[in-house]
Amino acid sequence: MNVQSPLLSVRDLKVWFDIRAKGALPWTPSQKLKAVDGVDFDLMPGETLGIVGESGCGKSTLARAIMRMVPAEAGTVMWLGDSLLELNKQDMREHRKEMQMIFQDPLASLNPRMTIGQIVAEPLKTHFPDIPASEVKERVREVLQRVGILPNMINRYPHEFSGGQCQRIGIARALIVKPQLIICDEPVSALDVSIQAQVINLLMDIQEEMGLSLIFIAHDLSVVKHISTRVMVLYLGNVVEISEAEQLYRAPGHPYTEALISAVPIPDPEAEASKEVMILDADLPSPLNPPSGCVFRTRCLIAGPECAQSKPPLKDLGNQQLVACHKR
Amino acid sequence: MNLDTNMESAEFLKGRSLWGDARARFFRNKAAVASLIILILISLFAIFGSYVTPWSNEEIDWNLMGDVQTLGGPSIETGHYFGLDPLGRDLFARVVQGTQISLMIGVVGALISVIVGTLYGATAGFVGGRIDNIMMRIVDILMAIPYMFVLILLLVVFGRSIFMLFVGIGMISWLDMARIARGQTLSIKNKEFVEAAVATGVSTPAIILRHIVPNLLGVVIVYATLLVPQMIMFESFISFLGLGVQEPLTSWGALINEGAGQMRYGTLWMLGFPLFFFLISLFAFFFLGDGLRDALDPKDR
Repeated sequence: MNVQSPLLSVRDLKVWFDIRAKGALPWTPSQKLKAVDGVDFDLMPGETLGIVGESGCGKSTLARAIMRMVPAEAGTVMWLGDSLLELNKQDMREHRKEMQMIFQDPLASLNPRMTIGQIVAEPLKTHFPDIPASEVKERVREVLQRVGILPNMINRYPHEFSGGQCQRIGIARALIVKPQLIICDEPVSALDVSIQAQVINLLMDIQEEMGLSLIFIAHDLSVVKHISTRVMVLYLGNVVEISEAEQLYRAPGHPYTEALISAVPIPDPEAEASKEVMILDADLPSPLNPPSGCVFRTRCLIAGPECAQSKPPLKDLGNQQLVACHKR
Repeated sequence: MNLDTNMESAEFLKGRSLWGDARARFFRNKAAVASLIILILISLFAIFGSYVTPWSNEEIDWNLMGDVQTLGGPSIETGHYFGLDPLGRDLFARVVQGTQISLMIGVVGALISVIVGTLYGATAGFVGGRIDNIMMRIVDILMAIPYMFVLILLLVVFGRSIFMLFVGIGMISWLDMARIARGQTLSIKNKEFVEAAVATGVSTPAIILRHIVPNLLGVVIVYATLLVPQMIMFESFISFLGLGVQEPLTSWGALINEGAGQMRYGTLWMLGFPLFFFLISLFAFFFLGDGLRDALDPKDR
């Protein structure tokens, strides 16, 4: 794509959880739930990477593993030349101000006992404890103004704001330490459609202004299309496709992506009624016992015998479109 | 101009904190407010009561001592407002002094449990894993010890003193609180604002103190107000057994014990006055706890 070095580079990241049946004896071996099973991607500075996939495919776990909020089983996460997974706690804390996170439930992500002024100031006070109080206040006002919250509200509490306002406050909290990456974990899923647009546009404006990179997790494909430069599709903890957003929506490479795209509703009732939707058979297989070979083969419409044999690697179909499928 | 002044006043918009909301709800609850007033009056009685009577709790009124049964009843003229105790000491002064001890034991017990129990439980719950397991098993072990038996042994071996009583109460009062705080922490720690703090890089002690404990406090305060009467009863029971505070100091339990022993002589005031204070303060604490629970209920914000 370009010769710039990536901001974040994730290689073969695996997050496995130990699952033990209820009432099992302590010495029975626990099962491994492969929430994220070997994910590779690069994130360029200033880029927005959309991550889509159905519930339980490992989107949020992937984000949390990058932030080291859940321990990774294997793999590397390179952040500006440092391997994040190998840093000690102190060095990791240093890096946390460079990457911030926005959460799904706007109200739950703000401490109900703190005023929004205190909430927004917290990252700043944590990373720069020596900044005088007056300057902290000034920066809080500035950043609140930027996200569209009146600065005279700083003494109010989260429950006095609407969902969209709370999400703006969450964005302000992420912005105040001037990070280089913001990981947005379904930031608009809990919001009303009209508010979604406002929040998304705010994020895009800020991104342009500050040259931020975004990792944008969502399950709403039209939202992802609007905001992303590139889109990564996850299925059962595996990457099935990464490509430029335009390309992915125009000509999806992987059969799973195809099915996803065909299910996006069209905001025109007549077009919607005549549209063909690929309905996938069966349910999502259990991540405790994923299918052999290609994880998607149990529901794939074009699967053949070779799909059960080996896991398809990501291969370039041209135009930077990486697809993990034997048939393409 | 008008707009300008509006903007000016808007500079200082004050938020309604959850505590402020809870306070408003609390003051709408008449029983709870009445209880609060009663408790304030009882505290004032404990603090200033000794200035009202000319008698101290140790002094014996030699004039009336010979005939406490007939002359020692409550009377304004003799200056013994609550009458005399069996030894001829002023009961008013003794109730004042007993109130001090009983309230102190209740409040100290509750304070220990709030401070130690909350921090212990919040730490165990937040850190989780093996440390949580070890910390909570320690609580289980301490709970499994028959504390009444241990306390009686302590009082027998080290002698009866208020200090020993505090040690005993301090040992047991925080155990339940630690469990409650841990349980609440487990539900709070998965909230996104805690995750946000972790992602930001806030240190673990700061997260516990800034994010976990303030959100536990509602439950903790309610439980603490219910713990005060429990501690008072606990002390009263020990004193009733004759192992509590040492003469000439006394407490409600000791006074009730003394009064109960004299019941057959018809000197009911000796039982009635301490019992009255004991009962109304217990009721007041229970209603106060009830009111606080309604006010601080995390379900409605």
